[in-house]
Amino acid sequence: MKAFTVHTGIVAPMDRANVDTDMIIPKQFLKSIKRSGFGPNLFDELRYLDEGKPDADNSGRPLNPDFVLNKPRYQGASVLLARENFGCGSSREHAPWALEDFGFRTIIAPSYADIFFNNSFKNGLLPIVLDDKTVDELFKEVEANEGYQLTVDLEAQVIRKPDGSEIPFDVDPFRKHCLLNGLDDIGLTLQDADDIRAYEEKRKQQAPWLFPA
Amino acid sequence: MAGKTLYDKLWEQHVVKEREDGTALIYIDRQLLHEVTSPQAFEGLRLAGRQPWRLDANLATPDHNVSTDKAEREAGIEGIKDSVSRIQVKTLDENCDAFGITEFKMADKRQGIVHVVGPEQGATLPGMTVVCGDSHTATHGAFAALAHGIGTSEVEHVLATQCLIQRKMKNLLIRVEGELGKGVTGKDVVLHVIGVIGTAGGNGTAMEFGGSAIRSLSMEARMTMCNMAIEAGARVGLVAFDEKTAAYVKDRPFAPKGEHWEMALAAWKDLVSDDDAEFDKVVEIRAEDIKPQVTWGTSPEMVTTIDGTVPTLDDAEDDVERSAFTRAYEYMGLSAGQKITDIKLDRVFIGSCTNSRIEDLRAAAEVAKGRQVAGSVKQALVVPGSGLVKEQAEAEGLDKIFLEAGFEWREPGCSMCLAMNADKLGSGEHCASTSNRNFEGRQGYGGRTHLVSPAMAAAAAIAGHFVDVREF
Repeated sequence: MKAFTVHTGIVAPMDRANVDTDMIIPKQFLKSIKRSGFGPNLFDELRYLDEGKPDADNSGRPLNPDFVLNKPRYQGASVLLARENFGCGSSREHAPWALEDFGFRTIIAPSYADIFFNNSFKNGLLPIVLDDKTVDELFKEVEANEGYQLTVDLEAQVIRKPDGSEIPFDVDPFRKHCLLNGLDDIGLTLQDADDIRAYEEKRKQQAPWLFPA
Repeated sequence: MAGKTLYDKLWEQHVVKEREDGTALIYIDRQLLHEVTSPQAFEGLRLAGRQPWRLDANLATPDHNVSTDKAEREAGIEGIKDSVSRIQVKTLDENCDAFGITEFKMADKRQGIVHVVGPEQGATLPGMTVVCGDSHTATHGAFAALAHGIGTSEVEHVLATQCLIQRKMKNLLIRVEGELGKGVTGKDVVLHVIGVIGTAGGNGTAMEFGGSAIRSLSMEARMTMCNMAIEAGARVGLVAFDEKTAAYVKDRPFAPKGEHWEMALAAWKDLVSDDDAEFDKVVEIRAEDIKPQVTWGTSPEMVTTIDGTVPTLDDAEDDVERSAFTRAYEYMGLSAGQKITDIKLDRVFIGSCTNSRIEDLRAAAEVAKGRQVAGSVKQALVVPGSGLVKEQAEAEGLDKIFLEAGFEWREPGCSMCLAMNADKLGSGEHCASTSNRNFEGRQGYGGRTHLVSPAMAAAAAIAGHFVDVREF
């Protein structure tokens, strides 16, 4: 996993609530057996005017000029500003894979769907929760200032605005540790292999039907 | 000290280790695998040179990409026309063979939608932790099991360690008291709940469904309800263990037998929330208030009753909702104030992990019997949830009822729920669907989904527009 320490980037505003995982990466693109290459189909149905097909060349497709990520001022954006319940719907990890592959490193929203939130951390994509009012203000500032950038400092747990002011944010200490160091969860869990075996032995006594021979 | 909720008990029974930061390592008793969210997990194991921790905890079956067409199914994997779909199904077979994981392959009559197959096989048992790389894993909570969807990284984590790193959720109780009216099903109850609390109403919670109305529901109706807990934002749906749970599980292939059955039964009786358990939040619903439901928009919370109308902008709570309504009117081709019964249907889909079990098919067949699908409906699909559901339905003659009425009778799979296979909506088409999500494009590019119960879907197929199944 890619480590996340300090990131500065252009902010793109996605001004709608309940952005679901079918919107983030439509189902026809879930057929890949790889983790990469989903970026060109991120927000496919909003981004292009025609219907997207898996394994097709996306370079010549007609773009929807009204879609935020197609606007010249948001080119190269790597910070996504979003509304409540971002990432609702399916458990597809293809959603954070697509956001990450497109170039996003962090998302700022008032709330996320649980599974999406979880999946993001496992892919070096930092989902930040800020209150509604702060998110609203950021939407206004992004709208008003072309080239608006934010700096996200995970170690310090602050977002730095262009005027130098800081917005603090909360993050789970374990997830922060993994993200800062780009650590693989599995390796960490396997350090507890003896605890897992001890649990299994105890459980076999209590609930032997869960361990058919 | 206050008593414990069902979720508290399930959680405590599965803690391997608590960490200082408030997370815990939780043991997973069962992992269900399918072709869409597992390939990258197996690839991850291979790259790291790791082996599955415990093979017998895993059970796999392909469902999302399989063809539901009989001739194509008989042609085997090569019968899947779409090459990328074919690769995914093949990859699942190869991975299960290589690692030694039990799989019900496409030609096996036990194949089906994972969330139908698990309970049907007794692979889902009360008191278990059940995970799958699919958000509708919440379904299995109907068995008083702690079940939730996970992403592919977590699928790999469970394969490698039999555990997940979790943080305890909050406890939410949805209490439905009273008697459900005629024609009101588990699907209507859960859609009503989503309408009340919203699609984010259950975020961060384990959602237990309780109350006399839930106790009166069958196991299959409870599965339908837990299945859609995720549409209210809750990863976990739960229903307490009772005699119906025991009766459903008994004698299924993976269920404990003999002495182990007796031991299990004794332990399972405690899988209920204590009378003095404290929930973080309780939502009270009167069963008598629930009518047959139909979604009108592009989120499951955009739902109303069969005798209702498409809401107007005045009904929206704030600007964010007003803009969502405006977008939904446009996408759905509907106008504010329009009567639900005036919505005409192009296609009808009866199936999915929400509503493809035998009781669902019986309810739809009862409505379809001796009637004809309206000429204006291009296609009405009935897709059983597994090969065994299909076999049972055929033994009861349900297939003939559907075929005579002009429905298509298909092979088991996820089918038109999510348009990853050949069954999909055309752009602009309205569909009465027994599935779980009405998101934009979910059932096909530009497709317009209306979520309903199986009986309501069958009635809509016959009338050509939505009708109140209570008066049909």
